[in-house]
Amino acid sequence: MNYLKESASQTAGPYVHIGCVPTFAGLEGMYAQDLGQVMVGDGAQGTRITVEGRVYDGAGMVVKDAMLEIWQADHTGLFNSPSEIRGTADCDFRGWGRQPTDGETGLYRFNTIKPGAVPWPDGRMQAPHISVWLVSRGINLGLHTRIYFADEADANAADPLLAQIVHKSRIATLIAQRSGNTYTFDIHLQGTHETIFFDI
Amino acid sequence: MTQPEIGAFSRRDLDLHPKPLTPEYKSSVLRSPQMARISFDNSLSEIAGPMFGHALLGPLDNDLIVNYAQAGSSAIGERIIVHGRLLDEAGRPVRGALLEVWQANAGGRYRHKNDGYLAQLDANFGGCGRTITDHDGQYSLRTVKPGPYPWPNGGNDWRPAHIHFSVFGDGFAQRLITQMYFEGDPHIALCPIVQTINDPAAIDQLTAKLDMKRTIVMDARAYQFDIVLRGRRSTLFENRLEGN
Repeated sequence: MNYLKESASQTAGPYVHIGCVPTFAGLEGMYAQDLGQVMVGDGAQGTRITVEGRVYDGAGMVVKDAMLEIWQADHTGLFNSPSEIRGTADCDFRGWGRQPTDGETGLYRFNTIKPGAVPWPDGRMQAPHISVWLVSRGINLGLHTRIYFADEADANAADPLLAQIVHKSRIATLIAQRSGNTYTFDIHLQGTHETIFFDI
Repeated sequence: MTQPEIGAFSRRDLDLHPKPLTPEYKSSVLRSPQMARISFDNSLSEIAGPMFGHALLGPLDNDLIVNYAQAGSSAIGERIIVHGRLLDEAGRPVRGALLEVWQANAGGRYRHKNDGYLAQLDANFGGCGRTITDHDGQYSLRTVKPGPYPWPNGGNDWRPAHIHFSVFGDGFAQRLITQMYFEGDPHIALCPIVQTINDPAAIDQLTAKLDMKRTIVMDARAYQFDIVLRGRRSTLFENRLEGN
């Protein structure tokens, strides 16, 4: 059997917004609404939270032309996806969101739900987390990382993935800090505080 | 969906993809992580992914010639059809997958506030479109061929004509952004972004081929561009047992 090879990645470039968030890019009326802006419906269950932060390059400059996508379980740990066969996720919670970093401030912001726990392949529970995919000019292959929550210290300590990380001091780069219902998660592309990125 | 996709993905062949740090493409220098990526087995967070139904689409979303144009008008440029299939590594169609595209106009100018290239904007061209693959993984778009354009990198670098593709599969780990080039374009070999890919076959795979069979006579030429996403490991294993 001849297997095909995955198509190679190319950078999203500086104009990714035209295709992925056209209203944000100034193409009003192209679509009714940019995709991924609203994750939480009126009837959504669970704790409403905001996750926000900035992306920094190797010179400490804020990256103002990036785009982030997040993917997560609902408040009970179920995904709104055909691959979810353990139950039915909250139909008022999308689980997927997309936001650009602001062109002036560099801030990104997701209004979402605090996720429930999802199992590791061996059945142990992972700590609550949000999967992140980051693209921009200068990033040749989309970067995968995860957001964990500072107020889940016990679950984080027992998380099977975090336990695999050899350089324990780097785990802090995956932990969003809480202030009320807002969590701050900055991403550092390089440097002493370089965020952990995953090959999934 | 005939049956849910619940298998883990085969490991990504990172040799096919550009390395993070590619100094000839200067923007990568300060935006490339320097530490090794950490690998782990897929959990449902990676295996599952969002799906988008056809209800999302407007009737003109896949027709860039008219989807931003005034009524009765159309975009200026070489009219083309871009079509192909979205497949996984086992050659299976990826069904119901969202494809989003963006591109410069025929003169090489993007409708974006940060693009100050001399070429004029086309009032009837937005440069944005999307579609969803059908049961066979097929998709089709209509647009105008984008122009090449200069960009500030090496002093005199020009991008080959290209269309950006954002591709969803059915799992979050499959998420991919790439660019489609046009067969015969001499700028492909000269472009620092294309050449971040080391494997000539991988570059060829991103190069759409003229497809006279799908040409619409006296209207538009056609280019074929197939896209391959990562496959699921369990499926590959089953097929290997049968094949060998």
